[in-house]
Amino acid sequence: MSTTVQGGPAAARPQVTATTVPGRRPRGRGERGPLASIALHTALLAAAAVSVFPVLWIVFISFGPSSAWQQPSQVARHLGLGNYRFVLLHTGFPRWLLNSVIVAAATTVLGVLVAASAGYAVSRMRFPGHRPLMWTFLVTQMFPVAVLIVPLYNLMVDLRLLDTYLGLVLVYCTVAVPFCAWMLKGYFDTIPKEIDEAGRVDGLTPFGTFWRLVLPLARPGLAVTAFYSFLTAWGEFAYSNQFMRGPHTTLAVGIRTFASDQRADWGSTTASSVLIAVPAAIVFLLVQKHLVTGLTAGGTKG
Amino acid sequence: MTTATVDPGVRHPAGPRRARLRALLPSLRRSWDRYWYAWAMVAPVVLVIGVLVLYPLGYGAYLSFTNANERNVAQNIGPVHIPASYKLVGLHNYWQVLSGRDGVFYPRLEWTVVWTVACVTVTYAIGLAMAMLLNRPMRFRLFYRLALILPWAVPAFVGVFAWRLMFNSQYGVFNDLVTAVGLPAQDWLGTPLAQKTAVIIVNVWCGVPFMMVAMLGGLQAIPGELYEAAEMDGASPGQRFRHVTLPGLRPVSGTVILLSTVWTFNMFPIIYLLLGNNTTGDTDILVTHAYQLAFGGGASDYAGAATYGIVILLVLVAFSTFYRRRLRTQD
Repeated sequence: MSTTVQGGPAAARPQVTATTVPGRRPRGRGERGPLASIALHTALLAAAAVSVFPVLWIVFISFGPSSAWQQPSQVARHLGLGNYRFVLLHTGFPRWLLNSVIVAAATTVLGVLVAASAGYAVSRMRFPGHRPLMWTFLVTQMFPVAVLIVPLYNLMVDLRLLDTYLGLVLVYCTVAVPFCAWMLKGYFDTIPKEIDEAGRVDGLTPFGTFWRLVLPLARPGLAVTAFYSFLTAWGEFAYSNQFMRGPHTTLAVGIRTFASDQRADWGSTTASSVLIAVPAAIVFLLVQKHLVTGLTAGGTKG
Repeated sequence: MTTATVDPGVRHPAGPRRARLRALLPSLRRSWDRYWYAWAMVAPVVLVIGVLVLYPLGYGAYLSFTNANERNVAQNIGPVHIPASYKLVGLHNYWQVLSGRDGVFYPRLEWTVVWTVACVTVTYAIGLAMAMLLNRPMRFRLFYRLALILPWAVPAFVGVFAWRLMFNSQYGVFNDLVTAVGLPAQDWLGTPLAQKTAVIIVNVWCGVPFMMVAMLGGLQAIPGELYEAAEMDGASPGQRFRHVTLPGLRPVSGTVILLSTVWTFNMFPIIYLLLGNNTTGDTDILVTHAYQLAFGGGASDYAGAATYGIVILLVLVAFSTFYRRRLRTQD
């Protein structure tokens, strides 16, 4: 954690000021009185509670009986895995899960690879079309689902990609890749050009430099973009709802059938929500320490 | 590349056009030789974006000039193929929308703007505050950070379900809390105003982690010496915040606010999933309204949805152009 290092010089300062100012010892930066500490931790605890509570609430309800959401106070007395058993054995959940895993994994791999090569080219090479491309990356973020979804639907029909994994993966790539390329471009900008030059001198092709030298160095940036691509595909609803049918239904769409407007099977909804959130949380835990570095580099240089 | 066109022109004074043509080829070849690597590396992106974004966009723009709807688009009923029978209607759709004649556009636009401004402002403020709290040495730092980023790690629709469950008027946990204190139970998702407040709360909950992480990175990029220098000059914490922190965050803030505005303006799943069909339409922003036009109940109005889409896109492009220009002039 490079962040704590930054407090280093500040933490060392109080001794200096203490010698220069006799009498009341002023507090250095990065040092807090007990009251400030309490305030800080209270504020953070409150914020953390708000941020975590909805998720914990779902976990809590999911372990109760299927009608637990109507009497939350009863849950603690009737803990059980009934909802999970029902969801896993008697619904389409396992199939939806499989679909979502395939689509999300493919989107992540494909999206990151494509975005990385484009980001590298935009970062290192000056070529005609360089600026329009960056502009396109930004503008693509602005395309509302509503304008694309009908033409995309027709296009998918024409290309025979409707209701296929590949079709949905490609659609998700259009969402994820421009943002990822934009961020990775910023991240590559922070890697010194001398590294590329050294690679070229040693006889690597431009692609070889990219693949064997720059990519390994860009791991934090790649982690963030992978996280972003994965989440894009994992939780997307609008496209999946229109493009995938029957056995190809993904989680976000499938889970909605538990809590439709007619009936609300919150037991199954909560249990499957927990099951869905777990893989996302695992991916998140794997990359979270890179999140800060990766995101900022992209943000500042974008 | 200009050098390539000059030389041959001198050598062939008789046919300048042919000379230019002959000069163009090597120059094309040369730029190909020079740039093919870069082009090859961006080719996949260009291909994907071109086929799956620009082509549909063009098609959508075309649809917005027609009267396409569910009944007159091409259809396959069993083996029978019915060709499309919609026709061009010029600017009719845009006129309907922009003159306010459809009675929906301006109210939706107003709420979309309110929604975007409210969400982005609140999210930015909270995100910045959290980042500043986190950006100092203390105990349990990792725990707080993980807890605060959690909403980002949870897929949006799961978060939305959690909130829907908590907002539930009969059995939701909010009403349990409220009645426990002795206040009357509220219908949290009942009135349009309550629904609007609810969607903003949920969107802020989902959006803060991204903002916080970005701001945290921005804060860490500000050199510590600046603060020390400001402190030496006797700047109060408030002054340090205003004159060191905020300017230092400018590059990150600029990008993040732009992105977040665009995303919020087009935020589809939160509004759609939180309220389902239990809405009077008052909470619909432009995007969800367009989606309802195309895929909601009743006859699908594809042309209308496309028109809305193009209008949304134009609004956003105008905004971001203006915003980036202002950022640049301020620098």
